[in-house]
Amino acid sequence: MSSVANHEIAKSESILSGPIESREFPDWFRDQQRAAWQQFESLPNPTRKDQAWRFSNVALLDLAPFKISPPLSEDDRKNILKYSRGLEQYAARLIFANDQLIERDVVSEDLKKRGVIFQPLERAMAEHADLFRKYFMSTEATLGSAKFAALHNALVSSGTFLFVPRRVEIELPIEIFHWLRHDNMSVFPHLLLVADELAKVTVVEHFRSCSRTAPGFTCGVNDLIAGPGAKVTYVCAQEWADNVIALQINSTTVDHDASALSLNLHLGSRYSRFESLSRLIGEGGRSDLLAVAVAKHQQEFDARTLQDHISPHTASDLLYKNALDDRARNTFGGLIRVEPHAHFTDAYQKVRNLLLSDDAEANSMPGLEILADNVRCSHGATSGQIEEDQLFYLRSRGIATKTAQRLLVTGFLDEVIQRLNHEAIGGHLHRLIEEKFAA
Amino acid sequence: MKTETSAVNIDRSKGDFFYPEAHVRDAGTGLSERTVRYISDVKEDPDWVREFRLRGLKTFLEKPLPTHWASKDLEAIDFDKIRYYLSPGTEAKRSWDEVPDDIKRTFERLGIPEQERKFLAGVEAQFDSEAVYSNIKKAVGEQGVIFVGSTEGLKHYPEIFRKWFGKVIPIADNKFSALNSAVFSGGSFIYVPPGVKVKHPLQAYFRINAENFGQFERTLIIADEGSEVTYMEGCTAPKFNTPTLHSAVVELVALKGAKIQYITVQNWASNVFNLVTKRGLAHENAEVKWIDCNIGSRLTMKYPGVIMKGRKARGEVLSIALANDGQHQDTGAKMIHAADETTSNIVSKSISIGKGRATYRGLVHVPKHLKHCKNNTECDALLINSTSRTDTYPAITVRGTGNAVQHEASVSQVSAEQIFYMQQRGLSEAQAMSLSVNGFVNDLVRQFPMEYSVELKRLIELEMEGSVG
Repeated sequence: MSSVANHEIAKSESILSGPIESREFPDWFRDQQRAAWQQFESLPNPTRKDQAWRFSNVALLDLAPFKISPPLSEDDRKNILKYSRGLEQYAARLIFANDQLIERDVVSEDLKKRGVIFQPLERAMAEHADLFRKYFMSTEATLGSAKFAALHNALVSSGTFLFVPRRVEIELPIEIFHWLRHDNMSVFPHLLLVADELAKVTVVEHFRSCSRTAPGFTCGVNDLIAGPGAKVTYVCAQEWADNVIALQINSTTVDHDASALSLNLHLGSRYSRFESLSRLIGEGGRSDLLAVAVAKHQQEFDARTLQDHISPHTASDLLYKNALDDRARNTFGGLIRVEPHAHFTDAYQKVRNLLLSDDAEANSMPGLEILADNVRCSHGATSGQIEEDQLFYLRSRGIATKTAQRLLVTGFLDEVIQRLNHEAIGGHLHRLIEEKFAA
Repeated sequence: MKTETSAVNIDRSKGDFFYPEAHVRDAGTGLSERTVRYISDVKEDPDWVREFRLRGLKTFLEKPLPTHWASKDLEAIDFDKIRYYLSPGTEAKRSWDEVPDDIKRTFERLGIPEQERKFLAGVEAQFDSEAVYSNIKKAVGEQGVIFVGSTEGLKHYPEIFRKWFGKVIPIADNKFSALNSAVFSGGSFIYVPPGVKVKHPLQAYFRINAENFGQFERTLIIADEGSEVTYMEGCTAPKFNTPTLHSAVVELVALKGAKIQYITVQNWASNVFNLVTKRGLAHENAEVKWIDCNIGSRLTMKYPGVIMKGRKARGEVLSIALANDGQHQDTGAKMIHAADETTSNIVSKSISIGKGRATYRGLVHVPKHLKHCKNNTECDALLINSTSRTDTYPAITVRGTGNAVQHEASVSQVSAEQIFYMQQRGLSEAQAMSLSVNGFVNDLVRQFPMEYSVELKRLIELEMEGSVG
């Protein structure tokens, strides 16, 4: 890929110089960004002594080198479009690189007529200001990254706004790509998904880097809102380059009789912090939180979750599986909270670590806070290695040790992907995992 | 099942009484260098202990309260209003007859001499700061077992005492271990010689009798190679109008092949802050087992730990916590694996009644390059009323391919179906509830020494009466 002239990159703004005033946003949005920037500057940096950052390698959070990208060249845009391949079939598609819109495949005329809005953020805030303002950054980041949520709010310049109206079901998945291009660039991916009553939608996001070695910084926010009886499925395949520092702050709000399922596949980055808040606010709501991480070399994955049961008769189920090789580290800090009066809650949380080398490290902090009665809650965390017996069995069938190990590890991780129950997406994720092991 | 009934009222009548104070030595209210020097003077501390205390005070004043994770209730402790040292000013008595009558009445009500007659090998009873009575059965003494108060241990056995004192739990381990290091008084010192197996449990009894008093006992148990010992402690205090502080430090050292079992029945009154640091060091093939039962206190923060330093060492924590109205039982366990083939087991059961809150906090650490280490953790919580609360916060670190850990926790209620079934068979709702709760803790209680499990079951039954219906 050819690139922007070097002098342009050299003069690009550091992310620490604050919101870009020249951007064409509505006044209320600019004000909000300025306020968010002040908040970012006033909040202290996290330290390991904060319970929310216990075991985290906070030394990696040096933001000084990272910049806001200048406009990408025509060649960059073409190449990125060429490589933006995910699923065979999709309902609509948005492709961003360095937070710049590269391609927009809109939803069908029929869906548009029925009121589906699928727009880049900057358009949505102008054309659907009321709807947008009602939901944009409306959930507080409570799992440790309030400072970085403020940074995101101050610097976000694009992203996706998806609104699915009442009773509209979108069969095929909607795809979103976010690319990082050039050394030390930053992106602030944003997804705001609002599924109205009885709506149904599946979104697949791909996070990728153009170069396998380019350092970079990402700070994303996802808000998924599942209205009464809605069904929302969200999948993210995170494949940032191995030198990227990635922060992701996700929240899901599940109304009565709605269900939300999210699956996050973590493959890339040097350090990836993933915060996932699931709020169950209506009776009959259900949230499934799934994640798979494959960590190698010196990668560090840091997941913090909260299953917050606010209403009675709700269910949540978390399953995170991690395969850790070389010097990789994984930290899981998860909490199930059953608020007072949220009786008849069913909440589960399971974390399983597979340690593949002597230097790999797994930290697990599965937590429970139960303030109600008549709940069924359990959590489990295990850390172990490939069973010798299973390995022996495969080897006795003539399978080489390396292959046998890979089969057992992918088999271990596949259990999570199968919970998606979606052949095309599952197949895609499975291929990505295989590629990572082959690399 | 949903029970909107009032919480149970603990029957503390057995421990809820006090006698007029007759203290000869009193360090006054508040904590300063003067207080610490006063205690040193009264106890005729050698220079190294004086220094140790002053370092403890300095560390205590420097360290902040644990703010980011601990209960805000800690802020209710007013360190300036506490009396740090009280004693009748006499040496520990060797025979029951020499103990002053009023103190004797206290202990008689608690049944200590009877228990001793029946099965206990030795009893150390601590009343406010100092041991008032201690005895060891002749047979145990003849085996060379030392069982004395910590002050006496320090005086008469300095060569063993100094070697291990403050080594398992350093002064700066936490704010409250530093406080204890500054003002410690009383507690037990036990030394079991190589190969000696103490058949009967040694027992100590701690009691706070004065208002605003802080009790800071310090216990050190050393089991030499191949020896075995079981130690039981009980704690009570009458209920005063102002909060009372108990902040003990307990250090256990199990040398090669030794076994130590440490049993606690904590039944402090419901305005006692019980902030205790307990840790054992297990050498090669040694075993340290904590059996920890928390029924009383306003806020208990206690996480017994085992450092498995030698190959094949073993650590175990079995704990039961019962949190009633106004109580927060913040308990747990720490397992530090520091050698190959070490194994640890944590089983924690908690019951929350009324507005009670039970918290489990755990730490399991398996560092790099250790082989064949195993940990198993199970935490089960039972909620009785709709206002009850329970939390679980474990932290588990594992490195390397040779080790395995598993953690499981569950939260449940006594099911309406179970209660209905039993009522239908003629039991009252309270009886049915009590039976269910006993069933919940039964598999754990079965592992306790017999006398202890009977007492505990009875205590739970008492607590459950009135929790429903």
